Amino acid sequence: MQVKAKPVPEIIPGAQHPMEKFLRTERIPHIWCAGCGLGTVLGNFLYALDELAWDPDSVAVVAGIGCTARIPGYVRLDTYHTTHGRAIPFATGLKLANPKLHVVVISGDGDLFAIGGNHLIHAARRNMDLTVICVNNFNYGMTGGQSGPTTPLDGKTTTTPFGNFEHSFNLVHLAASAGASYVARWTTLDGRRLQRGFMEALSHKGFTFVEVISPCPTNYGRRNKIGDGLDELRYYADHAAIRHGADPKETEFVPGKPFLVGKFVELDKPTYHEMYAAKVAEMTGGKK
Amino acid sequence: MPPKATLSGVHFMNGDEAIAEGAIAAGCRFFAAYPITPQSEISERLSWRLPRVGGTFIQMEDEIAAMAAVVGGAWAGVKSMTATSGPGFSLMMENLGLAIMTETPCVVANVQRGAPSTGLPTAVGQGDMMQARWGSHGHYEIIALVPSSPQEAFDLTVRAFALSERFRVPVLLMTDEVVGHMYERVEIPNDVPVAPRRRPTVPPGEFVPFKPGPDLVPPMACAGEGYRVHVTGLTHDERGYPDMSDETHDRLVRRLVEKILRYRSEITFYEEIGLQDAEVAVVSYGISARVAYRALALARQKGIRAGMLRLITAWPFPDERVRALADQVKGIVTVELNLGQMSREVERASQGRVPLSGVFHAGGRIHTPEEVLAGIEEVARAG
Ligand SMILES: Cc1ncc(C[n+]2csc(CCOP(=O)(O)OP(=O)(O)O)c2C)c(N)n1
Ligand code: SF4
Ligand SMILES: [Mg+2]
Repeated sequence: MQVKAKPVPEIIPGAQHPMEKFLRTERIPHIWCAGCGLGTVLGNFLYALDELAWDPDSVAVVAGIGCTARIPGYVRLDTYHTTHGRAIPFATGLKLANPKLHVVVISGDGDLFAIGGNHLIHAARRNMDLTVICVNNFNYGMTGGQSGPTTPLDGKTTTTPFGNFEHSFNLVHLAASAGASYVARWTTLDGRRLQRGFMEALSHKGFTFVEVISPCPTNYGRRNKIGDGLDELRYYADHAAIRHGADPKETEFVPGKPFLVGKFVELDKPTYHEMYAAKVAEMTGGKK
Repeated sequence: MPPKATLSGVHFMNGDEAIAEGAIAAGCRFFAAYPITPQSEISERLSWRLPRVGGTFIQMEDEIAAMAAVVGGAWAGVKSMTATSGPGFSLMMENLGLAIMTETPCVVANVQRGAPSTGLPTAVGQGDMMQARWGSHGHYEIIALVPSSPQEAFDLTVRAFALSERFRVPVLLMTDEVVGHMYERVEIPNDVPVAPRRRPTVPPGEFVPFKPGPDLVPPMACAGEGYRVHVTGLTHDERGYPDMSDETHDRLVRRLVEKILRYRSEITFYEEIGLQDAEVAVVSYGISARVAYRALALARQKGIRAGMLRLITAWPFPDERVRALADQVKGIVTVELNLGQMSREVERASQGRVPLSGVFHAGGRIHTPEEVLAGIEEVARAG
């Protein structure tokens, strides 16, 4: 029997993304690969914003360059896609010139810890009022899978064909040592915790940092026999253990071994803006 | 009532201080920099002046960060500036390109010193003029102003902000160590006009962020204003969205160039000294032009009718004026503290119509009037 197919509606009723109000839908489809973790990061960032219910026009999102750095481009807010490694100083300028803004940086591990590493430690040291979300996929995804400062020992990348022999950074330890007032790590397996983590980081004052461990099946998973995106999530399920308040030194990520996720640092310390305002008040006799 | 920000009145200050005061008078309220001689007085002065007038000063971790912060500050709607010298100028180049591509109004002062590399940290040079023109990657137009005195350093800083807002571009203030450190009378007017930002005239739903107006410059919606703009250094369409097509790229780059070149006459300033009857013309700028004034007088005493085209705007270069000059004089002498940079522009603009020469020194000291005079005499004899 011949059934006449109904035309597919342009927008399938009930099939819109629940966070559509925050999405530049006209830019979809996005550029990311199947199985990539970045969609999960974007989605949960938007859920976090939604639940915080801040005035959307008080939020600005800044990125450097990379696959991760394309996230802000899909967010319907004031969004800035800057230069490789320089999202944090750009965000610093934005925040200092308009302290009323909530300024969020979303960028990759290479962007924030290789070329931009100096800016990250200084923003953390200053306790600049920024939230930095770093997606760690253990490689430079966008440029085709080269090694970076987070590539684990023996990791195979396009520039470490025999396996990586450089020591890697533990981002949690580094951000904490540099002075971040909030440090957490989650994986893209656990959307709810990711969303909570983003909300906490966004609402905590000062420099707040969330590392998101995320699959890059195209360039890292495949070469390192992790498999596809789903296999990598299974890996997280088998290896990640939640331990809030763990010593950042103990949070190293070593392939094949269990690793810690959770909230590791939560400090109440004066922010750059508070310190600056106090000095100005002191100098001008409280007149300003 | 808060104290008046602009220090109206007559002062005795150096060029660096005049730049700092020019910035405040022009409405600059965000300044980010990294220490470097010979610009330190600009930063130091702004570090105590800006907090008192409701502005923000920050010393960043390097010049890359300083330039990035300035672009960020401008997108928050605040007039923003940085200052540096050669080594830091090199580090700023990538984010200068970001400012060009994202049409971000801001001002960058370069107090030039002897170079290449660390060169002569405390001594004068004018060797960054071509870097100012072409230092960032890609094809673009740039505006660069070249003050010859502390007074002009003040005036041109104010003008730099006005041009940056008018054309939505970074504007370079290419001064030098001697102008920066030279103390002179600086008169700050009572009212210094603060150039307005070009704001959207339609509500957010109707606003197309990179759609240019008839003068090729789009209005600018800053963070927090409700327009929710995406800004990227990638090639983008009028919505501001990345578009990797060669058509969009060619159209965008041409517009960024054309929005400046079409209005050259509003941007390119120069001073003419004794050119009406000149048989020899000097082309110079910054501190070198100050020395050349004296050489003109010495030449006239010797019966040589010398005049000068003193550049106030280095970029865009006054091609047409130099071409007309080439048809008038027997020779043109370019005087600068490098081994021939703006002289290449003189050569290009004069199209082989007149003999050229240059009085060059790599930097470390300024020329003597006698050296410049010798250059003038040589051309006069040859002609
Ligand atoms: C100054 C500069 N150097 C190099 C590049 C090329 N580049 C683009 S993205 C990238 C790496 C991005 O890696 P990461 O930050 O980890 O992001 P991912 O793509 O993995 O999300 C590099 C090296 C560039 N754009 N700019
Ligand atoms: S290359 Fe890797 S990080 Fe980039 S989109 Fe593909 S899977 Fe994601
Ligand atoms: Mg990466």
